[in-house]
Amino acid sequence: MEFRYLPMTDTDKKEMLKGIGVQDSDELFSDIPEGVRLKGDLEIKPPKNEYQLMKELTELAGKNINLKSHTSFLGAGVYDHYIPSIVDHVISRSEFYTAYTPYQPEISQGELQAIFEFQTMICELTGMDVANSSMYDGGTALAEAVNLSAGQTKKKKVLVSKAIHPESMAVIHSYVKGPGVEVIEIDHKDGKTDVKQLEEELDENTASVVVQYPNFFGQIEPLDEIRSIVDTQKKTMMITSSNPLSLGYLTPPGEFGADIVVGDAQVFGIPAQYGGPHCGYFATTKKLMRKVPGRLVGQTVDEEGRRGFVLTLQAREQHIRRDKATSNICSNQALNALASSVAMSSLGKQGLKKMAWMNIQKTSYLKKQLQKRGIEIVYDGPFFNEIVINLNQNIQEMNKELLTKGIIGGYDLGEVDENLNGCMLVAVTEIRTKEEMDTFVKEVGDLHD
Amino acid sequence: MIFMTNQDFPLIFELSQESRTGFSLPELDVPEVDVDEMIGEAYVRKSEPNLPEVSELQIIRHYTALSKRNHGVDSGFYPLGSCTMKYNPKMNEDVARLTGFSHIHPYQPVETVQGALHLMYDLQESLAAITGMDTVTLQPAAGAHGEWTGLMMIRAYHEANGDYNRTKVIVPDSAHGTNPASATVAGFEAVTVKSDERGLVDLEDLKQVVDEKTAALMLTNPNTLGLFEEDIEEMASIVHGAGGKLYYDGANLNAILGYARPGDMGFDVVHLNLHKTFTGPHGGGGPGSGPVGVTAEFAEYLPKPILTVENGLYVFDYDRPQSIGRVKPFYGNFGINVRAYTYIRTMGPEGLKKVSEYAVLNANYMMRRLQEEFDLPFDRHCKHEFILSGKRQKKLGVRTLDMAKRLLDFGYHPPTIYFPINVEEALMVEPTETESKETLDDFIDNMIQIANEARNEPEKVQDAPHTTIVNRMDETLAARKPVLRYQKED
Repeated sequence: MEFRYLPMTDTDKKEMLKGIGVQDSDELFSDIPEGVRLKGDLEIKPPKNEYQLMKELTELAGKNINLKSHTSFLGAGVYDHYIPSIVDHVISRSEFYTAYTPYQPEISQGELQAIFEFQTMICELTGMDVANSSMYDGGTALAEAVNLSAGQTKKKKVLVSKAIHPESMAVIHSYVKGPGVEVIEIDHKDGKTDVKQLEEELDENTASVVVQYPNFFGQIEPLDEIRSIVDTQKKTMMITSSNPLSLGYLTPPGEFGADIVVGDAQVFGIPAQYGGPHCGYFATTKKLMRKVPGRLVGQTVDEEGRRGFVLTLQAREQHIRRDKATSNICSNQALNALASSVAMSSLGKQGLKKMAWMNIQKTSYLKKQLQKRGIEIVYDGPFFNEIVINLNQNIQEMNKELLTKGIIGGYDLGEVDENLNGCMLVAVTEIRTKEEMDTFVKEVGDLHD
Repeated sequence: MIFMTNQDFPLIFELSQESRTGFSLPELDVPEVDVDEMIGEAYVRKSEPNLPEVSELQIIRHYTALSKRNHGVDSGFYPLGSCTMKYNPKMNEDVARLTGFSHIHPYQPVETVQGALHLMYDLQESLAAITGMDTVTLQPAAGAHGEWTGLMMIRAYHEANGDYNRTKVIVPDSAHGTNPASATVAGFEAVTVKSDERGLVDLEDLKQVVDEKTAALMLTNPNTLGLFEEDIEEMASIVHGAGGKLYYDGANLNAILGYARPGDMGFDVVHLNLHKTFTGPHGGGGPGSGPVGVTAEFAEYLPKPILTVENGLYVFDYDRPQSIGRVKPFYGNFGINVRAYTYIRTMGPEGLKKVSEYAVLNANYMMRRLQEEFDLPFDRHCKHEFILSGKRQKKLGVRTLDMAKRLLDFGYHPPTIYFPINVEEALMVEPTETESKETLDDFIDNMIQIANEARNEPEKVQDAPHTTIVNRMDETLAARKPVLRYQKED
């Protein structure tokens, strides 16, 4: 078998062994004790040539129903948006994707500047002072924010709304075990965080209050009201998780006095790819700048006074501070942040607003049509691009039926809350057409009757 | 062309002109309604975010120019130690972009994504076979995330045994910074064990630091000095004997594929960096993927859900009462896992073993040819990478940083410098197996030239780089007066 990624020839090998002064390459492995050496071969499949492997994997991919073959109304944290062609062209430039963390600024200005621009765009959208180079995803970014709030305020209790994404909630529960932070879950009422319960639970030991805006049900949380409750405790922080697309039309959390805003930039230029990799973002205030997890890029000048960019404030990070670091995070999602930057640049000031607006418009249409068809809209508050409908029947069975009509149905809310059995979370983005929505209403309506 | 010059290069915001567009959104095909009334005035954004208003060509030129101001593996040699900057196969990129892999939603019914689940399952099995572990989870997003996941499992294991006093995690002084950081984040105290003059963990010191409070020892093998911990069996028995567990940091797995497996060395929990050993591209800093493998006694603590097969159908099992919970939304960085899987299937057992053979051969060849001009702190066979010290050059007034900057003039990304922290003026070189002998020889010749320059014309090295688009950056200014975003001047 030939291995096209391995350039070593027999002649090379002979010369190199001679240069090293050994007889064969096994000598170089003589420090591996006999007792731990692998006898025999690795038990994995034999190698395959490019053509046949591509054929096999194309067939495997072909087994998956996908967002191109079907019309999707599935969201719940991962959205099917239009991705401009230029995005993939830019991120396919191998100077970007085959580089690593820009440790050598002289030959990494491209990546550093791209990250600096990403940081700026996130600040603009969220209304915050500072944003980092990206996080793994929205869920882990939120969990890091929770731990940051506990560390900063030296308080060990956080109040987390049950109207955040259930998987973000699960990740928070895992992340707080290390520092020993107590999570109090705040119920939702009418599809939004129960502010009364929030008020009751909030006390001087509360490090932060965590809400999602718009929340998991698509509802727009009353951030002004929540902020005024948070303000009754001097040190308590307000953390929000936000779909950044929605902030093209909604008042950004920064204007409501959020201390940390996180979320996922998947909505900008990143395909669903079965849940990852996506692109978490992390934005905060100037005050918390030196507590931020992950990489930060800053502007500076070179010896001749030319503008340039470097990784900065690294004294926060694991490679300098080791066990005293603000987080153990090392990598970021640079390539996906680049994809999002290209998508955001393409949309620009006007396009992003328009795209967000269209999501609201189209969702409004679907809501109205469903209502007309006699389907109950569970929460009637202001929304962005998701609504909850009550179909009073097994959603998984219904989704199976919808698949036969070429439709990927919405998220089964019974999965996370038994009070919502028979309810479906439906997402509508700018790419859903009137015709597709009308078909959805018809099919769901027929199955509902 | 602007990217060829060394003048100030514009930010995309500085190209912006009012009302210029680069987008093409679908038309609104439904009756327009007054959404502001529905949302409520306080929640309708008043001022627009200052995003650039640029045309499509402007965006393409801008990012093309940025790409030309960036060095990747495809641009030239990138011997950045501990990062395994090997070739990123183009086929992997094509496979990851197949619609059936890239455009599937994590909440689709499992029946509709059996192809994706088959790939994930097969990848888990392959990684288990490669590491000698019993079960693998693909959920962690990156190496450091895998470290924390593994430590949380070790914590859960001890707690399940009523062992609440195991508060310490031991890391060697040569360890990567993520090891002690992950230990802290998982709620442990990081304790350091010394290296001896061989560059290996000092067994006597290990015996001293291991006690009834030891939760685990974290180790890379080969270690961060590129040396195989040949006392691994004894280390395992010391740690296990005290009731502790062994954690394997897979950052350096590229050295031993098909030669030795962490599971056979006595490790209990292992993480892998698929973006290193298994060619997931580094992406300018990520995304990565950090699967974790465990022995059977840890299986019940794995993050949930677990991918299993029931009646010929791949399904997720959420009923895992002892699980440490979720470490990430959804099922891991699937797109990166597809690339790693494609690579493993391309190489097979024979190819992967050659990978390690050649990675080690390349590193030893370079080390031996460079040892006359540079100090070699540990004179023994290395594995996939080796450490030089710039001590000799430092006496001439030339620092390792200077030599790294001088390498930029020859078109290389320099090796990792000043790491590991227990070696003075360290240079950590990892050639990888995908580089040809000609590339290695050229690099060696250039390194020897730099050593000569350090003796004969040190200012040439001290003032380097001379040919890059920008010179050395004022990092102190960046940290003292942080400018972390662009702000439009009024």
